[in-house]
Amino acid sequence: MRGILSDRMGAALLMAPLLLFLGLAYAWPFLGVVKWSFTLPTPGLGQYGALLTDDLVQSVFIRTLRIAAIVTVVSVAAAYAITVVWVRGSPAQRLIAEFCILVPFWISVLTRAFGWVALLSNRGLINTWLQSIGFISEPLALVRNEFGVIVGMTHFLIPFAVFPLASAMRSLDDRVLLAARGLGSSRMRTFWTVFVPMTRSGIIGSAMIVFVFSLGFFVTPAILGGGRSVMIAELIYLRIFQSPDWGLGAAISVVLVLFVGALMALLFRYVRPKQLI
Amino acid sequence: MPTYRPGPVSLVIAALVALFLLMPLLAVIPVSLTPSRMLAMPTGELSLRHYRSLIEDPRWLQSILLSIRIGIVSSAISTVLALCFSLGVWMFQPRFTATLVGFVLLPMVVPPVVSAVTLYFLLTSISGVSSFFGYDTWLGVAMAHSVMTVPFATVLILVSLSQLDRRIDLAARGLGASVWERATRVIMPNIKFGIITAALLSFVLSWEEIGVTLFITSVNAITLPRLMWMGLRDNIDPAIAALSVILIIVTVLVLAVRSFFVKLRAGR
Repeated sequence: MRGILSDRMGAALLMAPLLLFLGLAYAWPFLGVVKWSFTLPTPGLGQYGALLTDDLVQSVFIRTLRIAAIVTVVSVAAAYAITVVWVRGSPAQRLIAEFCILVPFWISVLTRAFGWVALLSNRGLINTWLQSIGFISEPLALVRNEFGVIVGMTHFLIPFAVFPLASAMRSLDDRVLLAARGLGSSRMRTFWTVFVPMTRSGIIGSAMIVFVFSLGFFVTPAILGGGRSVMIAELIYLRIFQSPDWGLGAAISVVLVLFVGALMALLFRYVRPKQLI
Repeated sequence: MPTYRPGPVSLVIAALVALFLLMPLLAVIPVSLTPSRMLAMPTGELSLRHYRSLIEDPRWLQSILLSIRIGIVSSAISTVLALCFSLGVWMFQPRFTATLVGFVLLPMVVPPVVSAVTLYFLLTSISGVSSFFGYDTWLGVAMAHSVMTVPFATVLILVSLSQLDRRIDLAARGLGASVWERATRVIMPNIKFGIITAALLSFVLSWEEIGVTLFITSVNAITLPRLMWMGLRDNIDPAIAALSVILIIVTVLVLAVRSFFVKLRAGR
């Protein structure tokens, strides 16, 4: 075989199985979904027209964008605070920060959503405690609404926001910060005028990742929203399994992919992919 | 060794974030010990009845075994496919590599719900042909999980290949090794840590996969997350709290062991 197997043949033989697998099990059925969006229930652009006129679909799109925007701002800010300590803290502080970032990261989305139900529900930890100290008489509505969804999603996405920020902070030259301090800048001023601007690419990357993830989020809103604050992903699920209106579900999926694709293209104009890891 | 340390204000804010991150994980512990049949805080006495129901109710054990089976099969498929593909990329550096890798990473980038609809389409189409392999079968779930995990396995293996010294391979080639010998006797032993990590990550991702599983199963292929989902949506079953506590403890232990081995490797 030696020498007979040309480079091109070898590459093709090794790369073909996966490309074939994904072509048949992913690309082909995706085209099928696109076809659904144009043919069900009747051939034509009807489903895309419905997207523009259906009040329910529109309100879900607007709610999803609003929740995604709030979750992005809160998660990136919170992630920034803990990443500073993870990257720049003393060895003990770093270990604690790493524990608090990685343990939730590896725990499944269901367990984490359930943890928030245990904390926020009417008979959960927070309401039980507030009632026992006599602070409130009726339980607060902390879950099965948009507040619960935002809390749960923020909790899920903070670890994802941490990684691009950490990579930006690690590559930052310490001497610049020391120079700023040496020239008489206060701790606060150094942080806001030197440290934060120098991690800009990390902030953009982290915000984009969180925003894109939020748009397609399914499990957390479905559990913590309790069917009352439905987001795009849950709407797709409902259209396919409950109404069933496969065409509309497929059309929403196609729009979602195009939107996310446009956002990613925008992201890569500003940030190189390597800065995101 | 950074000399620029975070100040007291940063530390306080970071501590609040850390508390926020750990809070829901700690909250499940008291709930799991409640004597009540519904989700509630224990008042006074504690009970292990929900831990007992995990053992006594056969549905939990069945779904755990099913999840393990699906995890092993899908992890094997995705690791082998990812390994071959990555070796092809690294050894031959074909044209259009960036495009092909981008294609392979699609299931990781596309919103999971769209992948779920896509795989639902695939498996319902297959169901028309075979009842053994399609919608709501364990093999169908395993294949769908492979699609979702293969990009992660590919990234991990490509990263460990990128740290490999090309001259080792050139030397083997110069000494007359065939493609097969170069791959199995020179390259793979040097990236075995990356391959093992890829297999483990694929297993873990499959083990906790719910977004896609929800779309492609109904009554037969009930994986552990699927069963938890059912218990979370209707009347919240405190047995889920007991199960969550166990899963959290396992996660913490695995992370501790892993960081111990990472330190060991770094120290060598």
